[in-house]
Amino acid sequence: MTPVVIVAAGMLAIILNHHPDPPQPDRVVLLPDAKGGAGSVVVRAAGGERVLSEAFAAADVSPDGRITERRETAESVKARYGALLDAQPPRPVAWTVYFQTGTDRLTAESRTVFATIKEELAKRPAPEIGVVGHTDRVGRLEDNDALSKRRAEAVKNQLVEAGIDASRIDTAGRGEREPLVPTADEVAEARNRRAEISVR
Amino acid sequence: MNKLGAAGVALMAALAAGNLVAAEAAGTVKTVRGAVTVERGSQKVAAVPGMRVEAADRIATGPDGSVGITLRDQTMLTAGPNSLLGLDKYSFDSTTHGGELDANLKRGSLAVISGKLAKASPESVRFRTDSVTLGVRGTEFILEAAGGQ
Repeated sequence: MTPVVIVAAGMLAIILNHHPDPPQPDRVVLLPDAKGGAGSVVVRAAGGERVLSEAFAAADVSPDGRITERRETAESVKARYGALLDAQPPRPVAWTVYFQTGTDRLTAESRTVFATIKEELAKRPAPEIGVVGHTDRVGRLEDNDALSKRRAEAVKNQLVEAGIDASRIDTAGRGEREPLVPTADEVAEARNRRAEISVR
Repeated sequence: MNKLGAAGVALMAALAAGNLVAAEAAGTVKTVRGAVTVERGSQKVAAVPGMRVEAADRIATGPDGSVGITLRDQTMLTAGPNSLLGLDKYSFDSTTHGGELDANLKRGSLAVISGKLAKASPESVRFRTDSVTLGVRGTEFILEAAGGQ
């Protein structure tokens, strides 16, 4: 009896060894961005490093860190990940508004976006607004940080006056770091004296 | 402890769990389908749209669950069914756009649309599974972790 059990156990072990569950790889798929291009991701694992930089470039990474590059297609991504992509939050949208010369009041034209923003808020789940103020490059960096923050706060106040819940709005000042029109330092440029209102 | 005291403690625990008061929010839950929970420390609550998410939170989805989260820098994270996502580190300075994002997908699937942080400080944005680490240059991608399957 005993030798039979040992032989049977041995055969079972052989069968199990020959039919192991294949280890599932982790997967990475680079997608086209909203503009139709693609950025890139650097894939690092025990077995090396690869850069994916084309839309639908993909990599499988085995549990022991081996990287195998693959290609996906729009169709294969939709089949495997369609439900996941459908669950994504709506993408942020943004408007740029400009200030009357020497004030923190928006131009009349800029104030017309408020109605559009309210419509956008009504369409979104748990919407939030970010207001980011900007300056031109006249003056010191620190002073422009403060000025851009004041501009953002001024826009927030006007959004609240227009009937938007203040608790949904956050403000930031980017100072002169992100000019719309690049200039040399100390150049006055009206198009850089602006605020960006984004709804996310 | 008398009955009234025990009821009071239970009520306070329920209130604390319901609120999950955020020190500084990393982002906000925007979409929820099926069963989704947010774990913070020892607390665990069902996710609803509008709930704040913080650094160190763990987000879990059930077999029918998915959740979409928009972080303060406009990074968008969407987890599919049977996922476990740890937002291990998150900070974002809205003036300089410096900060850090370190997310760990223990199992399941994650769709990412990178935000202002990856654009300004790509070296400080990382997405991980048990076997791979992704560095991100302003982009959209899917990460899937086989862990636990």
